[in-house]
Amino acid sequence: MNRMWAIVERELRKFFRSPALMLVAMVFPLVQLIVLGNAFGGKIKQARLGVVDQDRGTQAVKVREALAAVESNAHTFTPVPYDSDKQAMEDVRNGRLDGAIVIPPQYSRRVYEQNHPRIALVVDNTDNFMSSALEQQLTSLVDALNQPDVDPSRILQQVSLDTIELYPYIEYMKYLLPGSIVLAMFVSVMIGGGMLYIDDKARGVHEGYLVTPITKFELVAGLNLAGAIKAILAGVVITVLGALLSGLGSVFMPQNVLYILLLVVATSVAFNTMMFLMMVRVEDPLVPRATFGILNTLLFFPSGAIYPIKAFPAWLRFIAYIDPFTYAVHGFKAVLLKDAGLVAIRADLAYLLVSGAIMITIATALFKRTL
Amino acid sequence: MSWFSSKSKPAAHCEAPASGDAILVDHITKKYGEFTAVDDVTFSVHPGEIFGLLGPNGAGKSTLIRMMTTLLPITSGRALINGFDVSKQADAARQCMGVIPQALTSDIDLTVEENLSIYAKLYGVPAEERQHNIDDLLKTVDLLKWRNAQTKTLSGGMRRRLEIARGLVHSPKIFFLDEPTTGLDPVSRVAVWEMLTEIKNRRALTILITTHYMDEADRLCDRVAIVDHGKLVALDSPVALKASVPGTNVIEAQFLNAPADWEEELKKLEDVTSVQHEAANMYRILSSNGSKTTTELVELAVRSNVQVKSLSVQNTTLDDVFVHYTGRQLRDEQVKAYSFVMPDRPGMRP
Repeated sequence: MNRMWAIVERELRKFFRSPALMLVAMVFPLVQLIVLGNAFGGKIKQARLGVVDQDRGTQAVKVREALAAVESNAHTFTPVPYDSDKQAMEDVRNGRLDGAIVIPPQYSRRVYEQNHPRIALVVDNTDNFMSSALEQQLTSLVDALNQPDVDPSRILQQVSLDTIELYPYIEYMKYLLPGSIVLAMFVSVMIGGGMLYIDDKARGVHEGYLVTPITKFELVAGLNLAGAIKAILAGVVITVLGALLSGLGSVFMPQNVLYILLLVVATSVAFNTMMFLMMVRVEDPLVPRATFGILNTLLFFPSGAIYPIKAFPAWLRFIAYIDPFTYAVHGFKAVLLKDAGLVAIRADLAYLLVSGAIMITIATALFKRTL
Repeated sequence: MSWFSSKSKPAAHCEAPASGDAILVDHITKKYGEFTAVDDVTFSVHPGEIFGLLGPNGAGKSTLIRMMTTLLPITSGRALINGFDVSKQADAARQCMGVIPQALTSDIDLTVEENLSIYAKLYGVPAEERQHNIDDLLKTVDLLKWRNAQTKTLSGGMRRRLEIARGLVHSPKIFFLDEPTTGLDPVSRVAVWEMLTEIKNRRALTILITTHYMDEADRLCDRVAIVDHGKLVALDSPVALKASVPGTNVIEAQFLNAPADWEEELKKLEDVTSVQHEAANMYRILSSNGSKTTTELVELAVRSNVQVKSLSVQNTTLDDVFVHYTGRQLRDEQVKAYSFVMPDRPGMRP
């Protein structure tokens, strides 16, 4: 096994002597964490909502007051008075407004008569996020308007649902952190285990190895171990930096440190062996570069890091179930966001380590001891 | 299982049969589909000699050396390195040989000493011997003061010297070098030749080199095998090979207004053993008496009203040997090889 350690030594000496490439690999997931975490994590603020009051009655005034209350408190939107519903709709179309509310003529009268009073909300439904936010806010507002002046809860037999949240509110940046850690390890493996491996092969470095008495397994194990160590370093660094950036203190709790390290090691092993298996017969240095984007999309997005797997169609769920990313992301979410113990992550650890063992076995069988 | 252990367990040092040829290549053939890269080549290399494989690019030299060094599987035939069959006892054979590939493959991010140390470990050199071997080799290749320099800071010649040291770090008995001076300036080439000769004498090494430089083969090698189109066409010492070519002098002459039967006229001159008409009115004449043939040639040209544009007389070289055995010049083959590789420039005229 001394020969295997010589390969590991060579790879790590190169890595520490010229770490720029690997640092760049860590920048990508960090940038993603910061930008996506801030971009997607917030609520809609100060959207421009056109208000067309064609009624001008007392009940319409009540609606306008409710809109003004939202503007003052939640700041979801800023009401902009309009005289014409056509003009308001046109401005929603051309983007001057994010939405428009139309209080039709006879609205107050219908309220008093209890004759199906209606308010129209015009939204740009090409922007699902904005239209859903406005719809949600105005539904709450309308529900409040529908409440009777005197609370009848003591005499009505209405069923109400009280939601009990198990964990404190998780900001989107914290939610993204498990995915970012896993992505950093994948990028590290893609560069350290994929691109650099093929580049060395193309430069003839492996020719130098192949004329020595090193065995196939020693060579494959040495290359994989070195790649896994680099990915472990990337994982640890991004976990600490990401936790500091997103304010996730649970990372530094002693029992979580152990579980995180276990996950980092298992994920690095699974990713590196997977990458080595993909690249074991590749000769062209362009191949890992060309497949980087495809693999990133194919493995990262179905993992549940950004969107729940349960919402996927069957074929995408299948990819998610065999994708090591899924188990890594699940494990990190369990530890980082839920303070869960070993029971919650043991299936993830088992999948990552067993799949790693299977992949290195296949890769060794496929590895050519000759040119 | 060959993944984990060798068929013959490799020792830290080459443990080879005491007698016999250092290298034996026995009817070796390499085929890629229908294409035969090496065709039934047989030769042996004696212990302690420098043996050269001379041929143009694409002749099969590198394929041959790669089969001998276990890098390529052999289609048929066998190769023995210090008595070990490279197909059946690959690791034992690997332990006996040092190999320097054509490309410079040392890690540019590592220091000179780190490069040597990694390879010493890959060859299983015991820790107590490692440092002594490295120090000795660094002194031999004159890189002692550069031992802590990163390889990327070295010149091409220094990097080649590092590669030579790397190939010797486990004290092999046989040293393979694939075109060791390609890309080096003339001064560095001579330095490498001198270094190899000294190393061979000090370490009782057997050296096999491939080259397409005639002067390199002529000056460095005890014996030379000429390889062309995958076949071995001649094998002997440079002196014997040159002696095997009819004529001791080569006259290269270019004429203007030469008649159609000029080649026949030249052949009639006394002491001329062969005439070859090359491109652009250039004739290559082999003669057993260069000065006399030159005089007669000039007189013939004057009589025939043919103008002599250029004339040179030289001793027989390995290039002449190559021409004699293959009918083509080695340098022409190299030009062909390069023109085959180089794509046309946009807008280039035929």
